[in-house]
Amino acid sequence: MSDTTVPVASQVGHRSLLEPDALLKKRRRKESWFKMLGLGAVMTGLFFLVVLIASIVYNGIPAFTQTYVTVPVTLPADKLDKTGNRNASEMRKVSTFGYRPLIEQALIDTLADQGISSPFEDGGDLADLLSDGAAADVRERVLRNTDLVGKTVEFDLLASSRIDGYYKGRVDRVSVERGMVLTPAHLDVADALHERGLIERRFNLEFITGADASDNRPEQAGVGVSLLGSLFMILVVVALAVPIGVAAAVYLEEFAPQNRFTDLIEVNISNLAAVPSIVFGILGLAAFIQFANLPQSAPLVGGLVLTLMSLPQIIIPARAALKAVPPSIRQAALGIGASRNQMVFQHVLPLAMPGILTGVIISLAQALGETAPLLLIGMVGYIASNYPEGFLDGFVSPNSALPAQIYEWSKRADPAFYERAWGGIIVLLVFMLAVNILAVVLRRRFERRW
Amino acid sequence: MSFGTLILAVIVIAAGAFFLSRRKVLGLADGDRRRLHSLPHYHGMHALLLAAVPALLLLFAWSVLQPVVVDRTAVSHLSGENYDTSGERSLAMSEVRRVADAIDGLIKGGKLNSDDLDGLSIDDLGRRLEETGIPVLADVPPQILDSARTYRSASAAGDLIKIGLVLLLALAGAAYGYSVAHPDLRARNRTEMGVRALLVAAACVAILTTFGIVLSLLFNTIEFFRIYPAHEFFLNLTWSPSFGGGSDLGIIPLLWGTLYISFIALLVAVPLGLFSAIYLAEYAHPKFRSVAKPLLEVLTGIPTIVYGLFALLIVGPALSSVYGRGGLGWMPSDTAVITAGLVMGIMLIPFVSSLSDDVINAVPQSMRDGSYGLGATKSETVRKVIVPAALPGIVGAILLAASRAIGETMIVVLGAGAAARMSLNPFEAMTTVTAKIVSQLTGDADFASPEALVAFALGMTLFVVTLGLNIVALAIVRRYREQYE
Repeated sequence: MSDTTVPVASQVGHRSLLEPDALLKKRRRKESWFKMLGLGAVMTGLFFLVVLIASIVYNGIPAFTQTYVTVPVTLPADKLDKTGNRNASEMRKVSTFGYRPLIEQALIDTLADQGISSPFEDGGDLADLLSDGAAADVRERVLRNTDLVGKTVEFDLLASSRIDGYYKGRVDRVSVERGMVLTPAHLDVADALHERGLIERRFNLEFITGADASDNRPEQAGVGVSLLGSLFMILVVVALAVPIGVAAAVYLEEFAPQNRFTDLIEVNISNLAAVPSIVFGILGLAAFIQFANLPQSAPLVGGLVLTLMSLPQIIIPARAALKAVPPSIRQAALGIGASRNQMVFQHVLPLAMPGILTGVIISLAQALGETAPLLLIGMVGYIASNYPEGFLDGFVSPNSALPAQIYEWSKRADPAFYERAWGGIIVLLVFMLAVNILAVVLRRRFERRW
Repeated sequence: MSFGTLILAVIVIAAGAFFLSRRKVLGLADGDRRRLHSLPHYHGMHALLLAAVPALLLLFAWSVLQPVVVDRTAVSHLSGENYDTSGERSLAMSEVRRVADAIDGLIKGGKLNSDDLDGLSIDDLGRRLEETGIPVLADVPPQILDSARTYRSASAAGDLIKIGLVLLLALAGAAYGYSVAHPDLRARNRTEMGVRALLVAAACVAILTTFGIVLSLLFNTIEFFRIYPAHEFFLNLTWSPSFGGGSDLGIIPLLWGTLYISFIALLVAVPLGLFSAIYLAEYAHPKFRSVAKPLLEVLTGIPTIVYGLFALLIVGPALSSVYGRGGLGWMPSDTAVITAGLVMGIMLIPFVSSLSDDVINAVPQSMRDGSYGLGATKSETVRKVIVPAALPGIVGAILLAASRAIGETMIVVLGAGAAARMSLNPFEAMTTVTAKIVSQLTGDADFASPEALVAFALGMTLFVVTLGLNIVALAIVRRYREQYE
């Protein structure tokens, strides 16, 4: 009787272990749902990133090309240089109004030469094809090279922003008809010129190096001057925030005694890291401009504000980097007779430098893209049309900054400026990307595992 | 002597002190470095610090304080009914500064002899300025001219004294450093004390900054409440500033807009961020995680102006084409609460996810193992064990994200609209505290008017609210972390 088998519990339900019951099925279904939900969240985030990048690239790339019209302009000596000396300072008396009729005539002649029929009797209407700044451009080039006077010279003149938009798909016949400036007949003429290769879209270096232009000449606007403004601000940040931030981190990590005062500093730093950037703008306005009477719109003031903003961003990673240096290094240095200062500055700090640098670079990239505080210290609304006169002047003369310039363009009425704003964003992101890649490379290069 | 040259002069003096002192101690020790108390360069550094630090400190302090003192002297000339309020006086002072600058320009251009200035009447000055093409100062009262003269002479005197004192202090420091230089001098200890003092000073910049923020907000806020009643500001339900005066400056509609937009942003960011964090921490293959996590974090690195433009030109029109006039007709314009909230939510996804990732990873593995051992599935473990254990940290992360959302400026300036409105419809344009700070301070308004000063009161509110949120959030996160460590 000993080998009588006891009935196994599982046989009672007549079901194999491998066959899941209803509850288990439900739980497994829930499990896979939950997993899909998580994956969906990650994918949604990545999807937003892709949309963002795609719209920046799609909208911004056209800003780097510009439409030019090639016109042979006759430069009559009797009108441009009455004395015949070819002296640029004398020829300066002829204003852009003196050049405008020449361009208008040149356009009429070109159409006649090419056999393009146009309904325009008046050259002035025809000149709407070109940028308002075309005459100034011709004048500038003639004054630079006075030998051109008396000859017929081929000029590549900027097309007006609407013609430019027509070739970029921003403007079509319907919207032209609704607008006041151009008529569909202008587009016919432009198409005819385009067929003959006289209107062309090409790369526009002026966008990267040029200055901002007034409201009615978006085709001339560029980011060059505001980029300089940003660079001057970053110089101020590098000169002030980096030494102060690293010094503060060294003090807190290596020297500070554990007391109330140290706690106060630490609490302050962690709170400053979370203060909204606009509040730093208010500080800049009240402290630097109202109280200390520093000039408005100056990169120096912007740099000071960004310095205060990026200090916590530098101090916090720098402390982490210092903390990561193992105590054995310190003990070894002290053991062979170094003083505490020597231990810190000759051993710990150099070893922590890669980590510190990474933090510094990331905070600089952040400072480069910061906009809100700059609005309050007057870096918006100022048209950055002049290059600074020299190195020191660059710090104090009014300027814009790249993100402030983008904001300025996004507020203007003409949609042609939106394209510029997207283009400006590409320039900004390329700079930030370059800086971040530098940080990654530095970290890879010098990273040390203890 | 300009600021730059003065600094350069101090540096040159300090460098001279360094080399001379080092040579002196080496000379006294007959060139035998072993007889020195400290390494030779410490003896040099000792003199260098003595020469440079006090002089540079004086220079900076003087440069900050001089304009204040000069303003006060110049303002004493402005008496009478036109200059009663501080606003009128500050306007008059900017006029004084402009006149003084114009006079400087004339003297620089050789159009005016500085000796003739005292006899000059206001009409003469106006005429001369007109000749040089400087914009004419129409109807400058004689008081302003008097004041401008005082301003100029006081600034000139101040500059002169500054240069003298700074150079004197640098030279005195250098001389003292050189005179005490001796092989037995404890130069290293003294230098290290000096360096440590500089480090402390650098660490104190953080305190000074907070102090500066509080002071600049506080003074102007008090000034604002002096001309505009506080209960009106906190309780009035309309916001309609008019630069002519008599404006309603109630903060409630702005707070409503701020909170509504932040709420929508959190509604987007919290579920997406939290689920991303859970997936990346618990489910994802390490390879997927190493790609997806940095990519998501790119979203935090993108400047807010980019998000602002994205809201204004992409998201706004896209939403408008569905819910706007062409579609359902709920959305009167491209800029709306939903536009700004959605874009801000996208920006905050990685913020929430990386903070939650940290706290989820901080939950000890033993708790997971225990749950698995009892037969729970992964999702059950997450929902019933990990999330409850990490809840305080997650709440902290959400509070930090909320404080970010409340303080965000560029997205709402570009994407939320300009009208202060209290409505429940998320498709309507509303405005926020930050957007109004920008618009009140970037106009041409007089700084002393309530319409401009209100921005400081708004800033104060913002500062207090975000600070409170942060302190609470950090306290929660910290307490939670200590639990498991």
